Amino acid sequence: MRLVLEKRAEASTRMAYLSPIIAIALTLITGGIIFALRGLNPFTALYVFFVEPLTTSWSIEQLIVKATPLAMIGAGLAVSCLANVWNIGAEGQLTAGAILGSAIPVFFPDFQSPMTLVLMLSLGVIGGMAYGAIPAFLKNRFGTNEILTSLMLVYVIQLVLDWLVRGPWRDPKGYNFPKTIAFSDWQMLPQFKLIPDSIGPIYINLGAIFAVIAVIALAFMMGRTLKGFELRVQGVAPRAGRFAGFSRERTVWFCFLLSGGLAGLAGICEVMSTVGQLQPGISPGYGFTAIIVAFLGRLNPVGALLAAFALAISYLGGESAQVALGISDKTARVFQGILLFYILACDSLILYRLKFLRSTPKLAEGGA
Amino acid sequence: MNDQLLSVILTIITAATPLLLAAIGELVVERSGVLNLGVEGMMAVGAVSGFGAALMTGNPYVGVLAALVAGAALSLLFGFLTLTMVSNQVATGLALALLGLGISGLMGESFVGQPGVHLERLHIPGLSEIPILGPILFGQDFLVYLSLAIIALVSFVLFRTKAGLIIRAVGDSHQSAHALGYSVIGVRYLCVMFGGACSGLAGGYLSLAYTPQWVENMTAGRGWIALALVVFSSWLPWRILAGAYLFGTITVMGFSLQAYGIGIPSQLLSSLPYVVTILVLVLISRNRALMRANTPACLGQPFVPDR
Amino acid sequence: MKKWMAMAVALALGASAGAAQAADKLKACWIYVGPVGDFGYSYQHDQGRKAVEKALGDKVETAFLENVAEGPDAERAIERFAREGCKIIFTTSFGFMDPTIKVAAKYPDVKFEHATGYKKADNVSIYNARFYEGRYVMGQIAAKMSKTGTAGYIVSFPIPEVVMGINAFMLGAQSVNPDFKVKIIWVNSWYDPGKEADAAKVLLGQGADILVQHTDSTAALQVAEEQGKLGFGQSSDMIKFAPKAQLSANTDDWDPYYVARVQAVLDGTWKSEDTWGGMKDGMVVLAPFTNMPDDVKKMAEDSVAKIKSGELQPFMGPITKQDGTVVGEAGKPLPDGELLGMNYYIKGVDDKLPQ
Repeated sequence: MRLVLEKRAEASTRMAYLSPIIAIALTLITGGIIFALRGLNPFTALYVFFVEPLTTSWSIEQLIVKATPLAMIGAGLAVSCLANVWNIGAEGQLTAGAILGSAIPVFFPDFQSPMTLVLMLSLGVIGGMAYGAIPAFLKNRFGTNEILTSLMLVYVIQLVLDWLVRGPWRDPKGYNFPKTIAFSDWQMLPQFKLIPDSIGPIYINLGAIFAVIAVIALAFMMGRTLKGFELRVQGVAPRAGRFAGFSRERTVWFCFLLSGGLAGLAGICEVMSTVGQLQPGISPGYGFTAIIVAFLGRLNPVGALLAAFALAISYLGGESAQVALGISDKTARVFQGILLFYILACDSLILYRLKFLRSTPKLAEGGA
Repeated sequence: MNDQLLSVILTIITAATPLLLAAIGELVVERSGVLNLGVEGMMAVGAVSGFGAALMTGNPYVGVLAALVAGAALSLLFGFLTLTMVSNQVATGLALALLGLGISGLMGESFVGQPGVHLERLHIPGLSEIPILGPILFGQDFLVYLSLAIIALVSFVLFRTKAGLIIRAVGDSHQSAHALGYSVIGVRYLCVMFGGACSGLAGGYLSLAYTPQWVENMTAGRGWIALALVVFSSWLPWRILAGAYLFGTITVMGFSLQAYGIGIPSQLLSSLPYVVTILVLVLISRNRALMRANTPACLGQPFVPDR
Repeated sequence: MKKWMAMAVALALGASAGAAQAADKLKACWIYVGPVGDFGYSYQHDQGRKAVEKALGDKVETAFLENVAEGPDAERAIERFAREGCKIIFTTSFGFMDPTIKVAAKYPDVKFEHATGYKKADNVSIYNARFYEGRYVMGQIAAKMSKTGTAGYIVSFPIPEVVMGINAFMLGAQSVNPDFKVKIIWVNSWYDPGKEADAAKVLLGQGADILVQHTDSTAALQVAEEQGKLGFGQSSDMIKFAPKAQLSANTDDWDPYYVARVQAVLDGTWKSEDTWGGMKDGMVVLAPFTNMPDDVKKMAEDSVAKIKSGELQPFMGPITKQDGTVVGEAGKPLPDGELLGMNYYIKGVDDKLPQ
């Protein structure tokens, strides 16, 4: 007997909603078993992992902080991957954006005007786009594989950042430690009260608002505009796209500039909110995690937003489990991996139907 | 001077071997049309399994075997998800990398701080003592020879045998391969497991020969470099050899220049391998005909037979 | 409705009772930048945490977060501890400095201890170890033991801590052999066994016969062992990995400090302090001197004793920089501020410091 999948005539709407639920149920069962094996009460452990991050206004704030860059980058990558343009180097574009945007506080520390924020954010976007343009150019001009070039460029820009903060951009009063001067208040993203004191209060920063705007804009573009249609056609049927007169080169440019720009924005927003200065470590791999986010969100910008929250919960849950239960970071990571596996596997059930076959069909052996 | 040259060459060989092993495995996987980005995770699990098995039995060869099996086992999980469950290969691979690093950390908790079992180098009296050539040709550990043998074998099988033809057919056009009666999923399962086994071996090389110890995250990104090498090679086995050795050479030469006291920023030297890879890749891919001929057309695309 | 109210009250009471119970114990918490399984820097800090558990028994409970990246995650991790009722929080890496100060301002009742930084506050102490003391003695040993008169030095990043170590090593070596040479390789990582091994092989290939490292893994020592050369361990005693090669190891012992600081919180005597402890405080400990003749061992032990008594100061002025300028006053050790910002090599280091 073996397990095979059979294509459904059309995507199952029922499964589209059921599949995350099945995945979470399976994860809960597996997770419960793992925790029980480690000698923990599975119910407490699962509560700490999945529910606790949602119980206090502080942890919800943190959740939003964590989900912001993931959603922003993830939404851009979703569009890009859907069009079959493989940008694996968002982490590098994030870094490039953070570097370029930080040039303002480094070179003009006293420049205080409403334009400061605008300039920093724009430079962030430009930095990300410019760095994303390199693999796009190489792809279009020489046909160089963009997965590889974008990935390699991540390592290069991280070393550039390292060199900058240890050398020319180093804080002269910082005892030679590798960091730039700390940004001043007016160089940081403003915060807004999302939920009033009576309930929360929950504060969010401007970055979260950008992320939501980006998601809505991209969702609109993909669903309602010709550009979105063009991108989708190129993804599903590149040949048909060519016949329809869609330029592959233009799509490559568009996708890299879009996803690179968003990654750059995420980078400068991180520096202007959670980090507050340029230093060697400005992102715990958001650019790479965002690829998972894009696929978890089924390459849909709104899906990416939801997926970003799911991943943020698993990160924060992993942390609180470390503290509350004394499990190691490794257990948390394994658990996260299992969760991702289940979600990815269950998503297949939207397009396919599971079937058990009694034996291998003989027909295939004969050939056609 | 001869001593220096020799030591540089020997260092390059050790630095290149794990990249070589992981990359040649992934090459076969990709030739069959599957993209497994989880090499880093499989390497980590291979490293810890190899270390643990060698430590418990005292026999490094048992360790090598364990590394191989562990890598293959983890890749089977990837195979089940992407081949049977048709999940997205890119995302599943990334998740596999995450999972593998986590599992390796858990498995290795009790191995930290323990000296491991060293995979010894070959020593043939007479031959191994020939100046320069002796230690290079006859003084390596057996995984170095194995890695070269695997390259030759893969090259032979892929381009000179029917099995290779089938693998390439499955990677280039799974619909036609299926129509011809070959089991696309079956072939891909085997290739994925071969890739996993090679990644496991690469990890085992790290923890048994390169630096005989187990520490968390000891793979330090080599799995990603291996992935890059596959594309660098434009899916031709012998180019993996060239790429891995080139990469090792640039790293080691960077260190050599530093030790001579040349005042170049070390970040610049560290970034050289990546920049060179990009440049070489650009040069290679300018030859579009060659690229098109070798790139597996179905890379990363799921296959579900129509019934 | 009343029933629900009663239940809610009961729940709330139960919850607060639980909190009160937990408050009986002092909660001490640690944040590590690497995995506790690195057998190096984070591992040593975690040994310190375990020592606190052992020494103070059921008066304390401890918790830790490992692999916390220096960056966006750090502040949240620290604040989480403060919120979870930790009364003293040790943030054990330089990059946690600004987040520690930020969180400390929000939680004035919680004590913070930041390692290797320079920013203090009323509830933030800073602490570090004078690793350079150990490195000075290692330099002396190296100069005695080396046949080629050249050491290979594998380093991570050019921060003052590391530069200070190279200089102390060379001062020690020059006190024995004024012409002693050092070759330096920056691997741009605290922790990559493979790269450390490659660097070690290159250094040995270029004529160094003693390896020193300011990176965390045992790889370089293992290379020395394999090639019949000598070397020094880092952070932990690595003798098991290189029984024939390790001369000594510069180990950090945080146990006494951590126990004392947690005890101070228990006693209510904790004050914000600036601790830069060395050999005499037991923070820097050289592993047993092995694989060397008795006279070298004797010299090393003498130096350790003199450093402990304060008779020997590794950075005794005046000190000539690589470019020929002089720092420090004759007969006085360089001030701590000078050391903490050290960004130059001393004379005799034949290398260009990456800027």
